[in-house]
Amino acid sequence: MTSVLFDAPGPRARRRHKIVGVLTVIAMLAVLAAICWKFWSEDQFTAQKWEPFVTPSIITLLLEGLWRTVQAAVLAVAFSVVFGVVFGVGKLSNHRWLRWPCWLVVEFFRAVPLLMLIIFLWVTYSPQLITSFMALVIGLTLYNGSVLAEVFRAGINAVPKGQAEAAYAIGMRKTQVMTIVLLPQAVKIMLPAIISQCVVALKDTSLGFVILAPGLTSAGRLIWGTFNNRLATALVLAAIYIVLNLALTWLATKAQQRLAGEQKISIVGGVVRADTGESSVPV
Amino acid sequence: MTLQLLVVSGALALVLGTLIAIARVSPVPILRRVAATYVTFFRNTPLLVLLLITYYGLPEIGIIWSFFTLVTLAMGTYTASFVAEALRSGVNSVSMGQAEAARAIGLPFTQTMTQVVLPQSFRAVVPPLASVFIALAKNTSLAAAFGVLEATFRMRGLLNDRPDERPLIFLGIALGYIVIVELISLGSQLLERRWKVER
Repeated sequence: MTSVLFDAPGPRARRRHKIVGVLTVIAMLAVLAAICWKFWSEDQFTAQKWEPFVTPSIITLLLEGLWRTVQAAVLAVAFSVVFGVVFGVGKLSNHRWLRWPCWLVVEFFRAVPLLMLIIFLWVTYSPQLITSFMALVIGLTLYNGSVLAEVFRAGINAVPKGQAEAAYAIGMRKTQVMTIVLLPQAVKIMLPAIISQCVVALKDTSLGFVILAPGLTSAGRLIWGTFNNRLATALVLAAIYIVLNLALTWLATKAQQRLAGEQKISIVGGVVRADTGESSVPV
Repeated sequence: MTLQLLVVSGALALVLGTLIAIARVSPVPILRRVAATYVTFFRNTPLLVLLLITYYGLPEIGIIWSFFTLVTLAMGTYTASFVAEALRSGVNSVSMGQAEAARAIGLPFTQTMTQVVLPQSFRAVVPPLASVFIALAKNTSLAAAFGVLEATFRMRGLLNDRPDERPLIFLGIALGYIVIVELISLGSQLLERRWKVER
């Protein structure tokens, strides 16, 4: 790899880099060895700690948890996209009575910790009105929805002005301009931010743990309750989440590439400016 | 407690994140790979699962530290990966001429980074870093799940004591978080204005 930050390494530099590399590898191996030794000396490698994860019933339990987690994530993402579009457009409205409440709602739910929101929903309404699963989905929707509202607003603002002007000039109404001209382009521009928000939503489903909502983390709780292998369970959960998120990111990049391919055509037509910029969206 | 947690784990995240960002652009391939792996691992694991690992897991292998240390460790390492990513984008935004000039006057990589590139990239990433820290402030509420006596935890107690005033309590504590969040974003705006690059 070449970079502006350093020269192409000469013989001495290459030797130095090799030394640093070897030292790093040794350090990493030492850390790994220390971890293994710790595991060993505290009896973490015993079969009874890890065996559950190859037992069919436990695998089913984990899969069930995975299914509920994915379900919660998909529902939350779908609802929050709707929420985000409505409030994002609302924040851009010409009417003050519409703009202000939207602004207030978005700012409020963006600033409040998601966990608090979920606990509040659960404690206040739980057994009679909503299940813990619903509390989780509603909480996720409110939080991610308001973040997405900001994303959509930024995206709509990033669409070149001429687009809206042209649409008005050919006699479209405000709603038409928004839905036919501005929103589709805004979504395209903001796709990276939207995707990263999806990953956040998926990760945040783990919060269901606190309110006993069904999901991966709750399945984990069951497992270590039975087998008393917390560390092993937590590591397995982490691995599942990482694989899940990497898969999601990979899928999203694919989708983005396809959309970007479309965009390239329109650039040739001289219409769309592919200005994604740095998203200023909190993670 | 929330504030203490925020400050300590924020500092940890900043230091660790900076080191990782440097490693990610360093000339040593293995260092780059290690840093990239770190970021992938910590960015894709939910904070809750990390907390499970440190809070339940580490004591099981004989590392018995206080609540606070374990929770801070999880939050610091988690946030560090986001800091590293933000900083890396900042390093990329520093104009090429700067790094080239530094190299031309014979500065080695470490000096190029610490004296020329990093100071400028910190300036560039003030807003994204602020949103990372805002997220951290909100994530401190997760510590509640692990029994750290903390604002959200208090809410849970209060909620159970007085069922009628629940919405009010919720609003009050939400307001507390909003104040913290606003303070961070105000601070970042201030920094941004003071450090404005004149180009």
